[in-house]
Amino acid sequence: MDQTFWTYFFVILTFGTYIGIAIWAKAGSTEEFYVAGHDVHPTLNGMATAADWMSAASFLSMAGLIAFLGYGGSVYLMGWTGGYVLLALLLAPFLREFGKFTVPDFVGDRYYSKVARVIAVVCALFVSFTYIAGQMKGVGVAFSGFLGVPFNVGILIGMAIVFFYAVMGGMKGITYTQVAQYVVLIFAYTVPAIFMSLAITGNFIPQLGFIGNAAGTDVSMLTKLNTVVTELGFTEYTSTTKAKIDVFCITAALMFGTAGLPHVIIRFFTVSSARAARKSAGWALMFIALLYTVAPAVGAFARMNFIDTVNEATYIEDGENYEERAAAILSEGGKPVPVWYKDWEKTGLLKYDDLNGDGIMQYRGPNALDGITNEVEPNRDIFVLANPQIAKLPAWVVGLVVAGGLAAALSTAAGLLMVISSAVSHDLLKRTFKPDMTEKQEMMAARLAAAAAVICAGLLGIFATSLPFVAQVVAFAFGLAAASLFPVIFLGIFWKRMNKEGAIAAMLVGLITTFSYIYYFKFGGGTAENWLFGVSPEGIGFVFMWLAAGVGIIVSLLTPAPPQAIQDLVQDIRIPGSRASDVTAPAE
Amino acid sequence: MPSDNSHDAKGYWKATLRLTIGLLIVWFLVSFGAGILFREALDNFSIGGAPLGFWFAQNGSIYVFLVLIIIYCRKMTQYEKKFGIKG
Repeated sequence: MDQTFWTYFFVILTFGTYIGIAIWAKAGSTEEFYVAGHDVHPTLNGMATAADWMSAASFLSMAGLIAFLGYGGSVYLMGWTGGYVLLALLLAPFLREFGKFTVPDFVGDRYYSKVARVIAVVCALFVSFTYIAGQMKGVGVAFSGFLGVPFNVGILIGMAIVFFYAVMGGMKGITYTQVAQYVVLIFAYTVPAIFMSLAITGNFIPQLGFIGNAAGTDVSMLTKLNTVVTELGFTEYTSTTKAKIDVFCITAALMFGTAGLPHVIIRFFTVSSARAARKSAGWALMFIALLYTVAPAVGAFARMNFIDTVNEATYIEDGENYEERAAAILSEGGKPVPVWYKDWEKTGLLKYDDLNGDGIMQYRGPNALDGITNEVEPNRDIFVLANPQIAKLPAWVVGLVVAGGLAAALSTAAGLLMVISSAVSHDLLKRTFKPDMTEKQEMMAARLAAAAAVICAGLLGIFATSLPFVAQVVAFAFGLAAASLFPVIFLGIFWKRMNKEGAIAAMLVGLITTFSYIYYFKFGGGTAENWLFGVSPEGIGFVFMWLAAGVGIIVSLLTPAPPQAIQDLVQDIRIPGSRASDVTAPAE
Repeated sequence: MPSDNSHDAKGYWKATLRLTIGLLIVWFLVSFGAGILFREALDNFSIGGAPLGFWFAQNGSIYVFLVLIIIYCRKMTQYEKKFGIKG
């Protein structure tokens, strides 16, 4: 059984499962289509939220980023988990008590304004589209890298699968496929991590191996890693050269951005009550933590493995017979370049340039003690993808990792599609421009919008390969969610006096300032010396979030208070059970 | 609206706010505090073989986040009973 067999085996098996679930979970009403009928169990919703949340970036790129950045990678670990505390304490239970379908729904009703609703739709669409292009790209990479399928065909296959279950099943179909996808992705992530932890530290629990000693020594794994990387001229693994204020702001922007992301928030509309929403947020973080506490261990192990196997290895040219040459190098007491390196070199993710002409691969940082210049350039994504091979794991594990990467990308893409389709069919059509639609028409509109969104997302994925800025636009998504959506939702719950004028001002200020700042420094030629307070575009959403909230509060105070009915609504969403009769739950 | 005699929405909301603020202070201290602002100082100590500040930033804060949400769920359920809120 070779690797291609196992990869096809797992991919076809998991895709078949997703389609089966989609047929079983066909949505019959708008209620089921938008929020899965409000009756998803909190634990299952937690699992679905975790799959929804953990994208191709979490699965494929994060551990690699941490491997390279060391301590600097902590911003992602804290940022993408700490946001769940904000969600659980400040937003999710209250939004569930409010009991409607979408984020713009809340903004539109709470601020009694179609203008506010439409601005919220714009924010939600912008955030979701930037995010989804990256997911489709991840699907294309997984297919082309492992199955030899052309990149664009890979995206088309991914589109067809998501199309099938998102358009048919809506939120209901998405929820139950996400549960299955979570199981696939967490298994695919932890199995290689356990094997690696055993090999490097002798402890099979990666979180314990992470703080344990290197196998067979009494030196801690991290101390050893620190010594090795500083000798090679890199920054100490457990430290960083980044400014503290920037680390602070990036972490905060990711946290508040997480809490403001519409595709995460709508997951909490699918459970039955405010209490279930709180519980569900806890389950979600628990399922996310299973991957996020393993990721730093994977990062450290991967860095160690990479240095051990590649640094000072003797290179073997493509034309040479690998086995013969490797045997000869070994018999001379040398270290041949590993097989996995030669395999992955073809993808362009690894580059070796023999600068000193000695045929040996020197991997060095900028301040190497021996003064040798670096000759090896690995791409960060290589670490999760090649880890099973680096750690010499069986072929089926590689197949599993591919299926896991696809599950991560597809589940997130589906959640985002839901936001896009409901923003169009529910918020723009039903609630703003065409209120006389019947439920049947709205459902048709939702399906058509989902279908159109799948096609747009696929095209973005295909088109975006020729554009350099896919990874950079992710900064947009978090920054905009933090600066534009978070303040109005938060103030809408915790401050009754917040009114229509304040909300519109806050959203516009957050949207425009953050967008301009990121655009200027990412694409407009701005340089780091001109950063506001020394904060990079990734962290600026946190700064402008305060500005937006401040402007919103001042404008609110200068304009009339919201109508009594709205203040009563705010009172009701704070107290669970007050709005039960207004929603679908049976009157008690 | 619930018409229970012991129904006390005001008391419930006050207790909720107090709990929320308390938990958010801990949330801030473990992540921004231990993981970022005071990392160097904490790195003088270690947990197993990892510098403490670094560990909080990469693992410890996540465990605490989880505990915070669990405490919140428990306490809120208690408050709902205590103040006669349907939940």
